[in-house]
Amino acid sequence: MSLTRPKVESIAHLARLDITEAELSVYVDSLSKILSFVEQLSAADTGVVEPMAHPLAGESQRLRADEVSETDQHEKYQANASAVSDALYLVPRVIE
Amino acid sequence: MSLHTLSVADLSAGLARKDYSSAELTQHFLDRISSSNPALNGFITITAERALGEARAADQAIAAGTAGVLTGIPIAHKDIFCADGVRTTCGSRMLDNFISPYDATVVERLGAAGTVMLGKTNMDEFAMGSSNETSWYGPVRNPWDHAKVPGGSSGGSAAVVAARLAPVATGTDTGGSIRQPAALVGISGIKPTYGRVSRYGMIAFASSLDQAGIMAPSAEDCALFLSAIAGFDPRDSTSVDRPVPNYAAELNTPVKGLRIGIVKEFFERGMDGATGTLVNAVLDQYRALGAELVEVSCPNLPLSVPTYYVVAPAECSSNLSRFDGVRFGHRCENPKDLMDLYKRSRGEGFGSEVKRRIMTGAYVLSAGYYDAYYLKAQKVRNLIAADFKAAFEKVDLLIGPTSPTPAFDLGAKVDDPITMYLNDIYTIGANLAGLPAMSIPCGFDGHLPVGVQLIGPHFGESRLLSAAHAYQGVTDFHRRIPAAYV
Repeated sequence: MSLTRPKVESIAHLARLDITEAELSVYVDSLSKILSFVEQLSAADTGVVEPMAHPLAGESQRLRADEVSETDQHEKYQANASAVSDALYLVPRVIE
Repeated sequence: MSLHTLSVADLSAGLARKDYSSAELTQHFLDRISSSNPALNGFITITAERALGEARAADQAIAAGTAGVLTGIPIAHKDIFCADGVRTTCGSRMLDNFISPYDATVVERLGAAGTVMLGKTNMDEFAMGSSNETSWYGPVRNPWDHAKVPGGSSGGSAAVVAARLAPVATGTDTGGSIRQPAALVGISGIKPTYGRVSRYGMIAFASSLDQAGIMAPSAEDCALFLSAIAGFDPRDSTSVDRPVPNYAAELNTPVKGLRIGIVKEFFERGMDGATGTLVNAVLDQYRALGAELVEVSCPNLPLSVPTYYVVAPAECSSNLSRFDGVRFGHRCENPKDLMDLYKRSRGEGFGSEVKRRIMTGAYVLSAGYYDAYYLKAQKVRNLIAADFKAAFEKVDLLIGPTSPTPAFDLGAKVDDPITMYLNDIYTIGANLAGLPAMSIPCGFDGHLPVGVQLIGPHFGESRLLSAAHAYQGVTDFHRRIPAAYV
């Protein structure tokens, strides 16, 4: 399995990662190697096997009641944001 | 007195007898950290003031007679666990400026139990690595030999416990991140059953695999702390509502008659000679203790590593999408538009291995590839889990090596991801199947420690710990301390 440079650039775009030219060459090589390595899975006979949905058989994701359980702490939480105004997170203009 | 050489049980008894206060005990460890951490690099953040405050509160509880067994015992937390008001970096530039606004359940429960937080330990970035070399804060040294890695991803926790800069530490294990570093530094480490310990406030890597656990010199120390962190938490949707045993009270369950399965596939592949000799000696030791050793086969186990390197990156690419430069974490300078903000914040904030895994995950989940990679891996995962299930119909525990080799040189594998990934060849299976597993020290290859791994059935932590405790009753490898840190 060998990935091309445009393919890796497209994956980086999907993953919203800005990567440098130097990084790109490294990733073309290492991602190709990783995909070749995991290729051995195709030899496993999984004809009637279900995909695993949960590591504990019989368990599933619990749902909680749709009730308010948290108090408003937006000032505390937003203290970690780079740009906030009037309790809103600021980003570059998206609507002209 | 060498307080740092005492077990948790002995420290607890000493505090209760008022041989020393928690403040004195805490200061003793803080002094050791001050003198040794600059070279070891096991801590990212040291919370000395907070620790001394918690120690004074513990001393008051001891004086008032309201103390529990863990009250006043210092602990180090892997820097993946959020602690209210404390910087929580996950070993990443992305979170270099992140002050957690709340406590992880593990931190909260250990705080409620009266433990004293010494600081936050170094780790591979976002827990992705097996050598602690992917940390933004630099590699951790192995206390047995500073030219060697301590393993990873919980390499800081492993190193500070091995160097006795903390009596115990928390860790997390997605593919071996508690057990492999425990083995490489000569301590004990337990990864509980998936769902046994709450992951609320533990920064997510691969959510179908991640589990929190304990790293300490002995199985007894691990048992005391596991009882405090295990149990149901409504804030983690994967937390299992099941009673928590008193693991310490069950430590003396005899090994006589215990059926231990020697996993054939573990002994056929990859292990170096000295490790093999030491692990085989453990089998003899268990026979001498009255256990019955039988060979079992898990034929799909050799597919563990490729299965993991589809499932874990896929889940990581999803989990790490939350780091967008907007709500918290690193934000690039002068973004020209929203896309530029996302891409440069993430490109600058994440290190090379994290980016590699995010891209691997994005690829295997992308249109046209999902069935061939992710779905296929989740099917193989069920084959591996079925192998373990069949084995546990014949035996009570499984045994094998923890790591194919002892600690390797810093820099030796960092440029070759596949070679690095193969460090986890023996540990990943337990994560894929959600099983509890632990590593305990079983000897030395030259000057470097070697670990042996025990794997139990779901919720079999008590059996794992008592089997490890029995072995540690007739050996002293877990008490050895690197000469530079005595």
